[in-house]
Amino acid sequence: MTMLKKQLRPAIVLTLVLCLLTGAVYPGVVTGIAQLLFPRQANGSLVTVDGRVVGSELIGQAFKLPGYFHSRSSAAGADGYDASASIATNKGPTDLKLADTLIAGAVERAVQEDGAVKGKIPTDMVTTSASGLDPHISPANAALQVARVARARGVSEADVRALLTRRIEGRQFGFFGEPRVNVLLLNIALDSAYGRPARQP
Amino acid sequence: MTINGWLQIGFYGLCLLLVAKPLGLYLVRVYDGSMRWLGPVERLIYRVSGIDPAEDQHWTRYAGGMLLFSVVSMLFTYLALRLQHILPLNPQQFPAVADRQAFETAASFTTNTNWQSYSGETTMSYFSQMTQLAFHNFISAAVGVACAVGLVRGIARKSAGRLGNFWADTVRGTLYVFLPVSLIGALLLVQQGVIQNFRPYVEVTTLEGAKQVLAMGPAASQVAIKQFGSNGGGFFNMNSAHPFENPTPWSNFIEMFALLAIASGLIWMFGDMVKKRAHGWAVWAASFIIFAGGVATAYWSEARGNPIHAERGIDVVASEVQPGGNMEGKEVRYGIANSALWATATTAASNGSVNAMHDSFTPLAGLVPIVNMQLGEVVFGGVGAGLYGILMMVLLTVFIAGLMVGRTPEYLGKRIQAREVQMVMLYVLVFPAAILTLTAISSVLAPGLAGRNNAGPHGLSEILYAFTSTAANNGSAFAGITGTTYYYNTLLGLNMLIGRFAMIVPMLAVAGFLAEKKVAPESAGTFPVTTPLFVVLLVSVILIVGALTFFPVLSLGPIVEHLLMGAGRLF
Repeated sequence: MTMLKKQLRPAIVLTLVLCLLTGAVYPGVVTGIAQLLFPRQANGSLVTVDGRVVGSELIGQAFKLPGYFHSRSSAAGADGYDASASIATNKGPTDLKLADTLIAGAVERAVQEDGAVKGKIPTDMVTTSASGLDPHISPANAALQVARVARARGVSEADVRALLTRRIEGRQFGFFGEPRVNVLLLNIALDSAYGRPARQP
Repeated sequence: MTINGWLQIGFYGLCLLLVAKPLGLYLVRVYDGSMRWLGPVERLIYRVSGIDPAEDQHWTRYAGGMLLFSVVSMLFTYLALRLQHILPLNPQQFPAVADRQAFETAASFTTNTNWQSYSGETTMSYFSQMTQLAFHNFISAAVGVACAVGLVRGIARKSAGRLGNFWADTVRGTLYVFLPVSLIGALLLVQQGVIQNFRPYVEVTTLEGAKQVLAMGPAASQVAIKQFGSNGGGFFNMNSAHPFENPTPWSNFIEMFALLAIASGLIWMFGDMVKKRAHGWAVWAASFIIFAGGVATAYWSEARGNPIHAERGIDVVASEVQPGGNMEGKEVRYGIANSALWATATTAASNGSVNAMHDSFTPLAGLVPIVNMQLGEVVFGGVGAGLYGILMMVLLTVFIAGLMVGRTPEYLGKRIQAREVQMVMLYVLVFPAAILTLTAISSVLAPGLAGRNNAGPHGLSEILYAFTSTAANNGSAFAGITGTTYYYNTLLGLNMLIGRFAMIVPMLAVAGFLAEKKVAPESAGTFPVTTPLFVVLLVSVILIVGALTFFPVLSLGPIVEHLLMGAGRLF
């Protein structure tokens, strides 16, 4: 019993002391330094257009207008891209709904809207991301959408393609990750070049 | 598969190799008590807690302290989660966490499992995240390393019978290891875009005029320790796939590196403490061999993609303009190689954070994390847990080698006898017994079956993954499973407690028994533990113990699903 009593004090006091140190002091210090050195990143890398916050460059958005490049499919929230409820489909490789509804449906849309050729569709274009908030698409996915965007905005494909090419991010430090395009930043660049797209669906 | 993909994977392995010795040297000095740069803080903590760091403890006392500390801190967290609604720093005004969920989450974070059946951004206040979950990230990691250090001392010491001081080991690990590395890691992550603030969620109007609510919070400080401490519980629901938790390929690399760095250093520390660095490297090599096999399998399977989806029209061939392969449940910025690498690393260690959805992996790639966990997470392993896990396997290997040549097995000059082997076997058997029994029960009971998100063999894999992950204190999931029911919250919570404490206690008993033994000089009959032969034997024992136990259930889950996928069968 004395052994238990002797050990109980460190157990209780250490819980409180370490909780204070690792649960309050540590995150407090990190927050202080982060807000001082990297305030933009620490607060969500928010993007402003004409003084209005339109989102975060790290968080994807749903785009439905033909004049915008479209993001990947998202399972977050009823309409996708709910940035307060990240989630994936979590459908497995032999799931019927994934193969015949989600992927087959996205393939059909890519064929009809963008003239994609079956068998040549970039894999990120018809699959759902892990976070439901993926801000990027692959360069091949974006390239397939150029014709539709140009048509909807009444501008030349070459111009849109040139704008896209400038916004392709290579691998980080030339080595890490995959080449990609940030959809929100690309669409903002489109708007600033050609104005906002027409509102028809 | 691309050359760049393999180079990224190779670079990662190289970094693990390079960090082993410098970090190992540092760890040796932390745990022998010669690290003093936070001396005043350390001594203050000892004084208020009534700890005598010089007290050398018998294994029963060492284990008793560990159990008591775990019970107290778990109750503390249960209470705090139940009272979340009246505690501060709750800008979204989340209610109290439900009883079953609070129990499971408290068990989950106390045992270093960090299984997340809740969604962080819709359940937990900033207060709960910081003072409870992140706090447990620190101490469960420090406790795990302390127990591993206790075992190493038991092996290294001669006729001592004492393992050191549990309290001092825990405090030293927290102060000198986990706090400094997390501070640096957190700031590196913020620089890349991981958020760190106390603001309420931000509502924005998107480019197309829709409302979007951006979850906020002190994420970076928690993400850093969740990686270094092989915890894995994310700040957000989608863990390190969430762009605010892991925004760039570079942040992804930092997080993956953090995941195995300390485990790699611990193996070197072990070699140094037992005065046989070559033996440490032999254990490191065995880990690396199994790890490389896992990564190669997962990367190959994911890059090959899903033939059923390819038939629907997808181009699965990777190029410089698209990632190819199986991108369901993956993020474009990481692509295939980094997703496969992360999945292997997070289950080699008892980490369990994810950057892609294992549930949507092709069957053989999904098999890799399951097998990694079923091998006992001994491949580099978690912080602490991995080291003592692989040392149990080393003892088993030495024992089997002794049987094969008909001599009393010896390990580093100590005779391995019935008592030790009984405890090692208890350690080895508790684990599959818990996993297989609970998986079998859940595969027939209605509330067990109701949790599945997939039909067919994949549904069995989901259940198997859940019980494997919780017993192994991993925390990753085939995340389609609905774990927020009384049935799963309770069983999974209990399974985590079994997987932690019913394994640590026999392990510490082995440490205590070994510590009492005399050391005999090596002779011609001693089985050398530094040779390639030993590495091969160790790898074989790990694979055979794991594979034989779990092969039947694996063949009903991922293996049969792989065959059915090839035949185009859907469920």
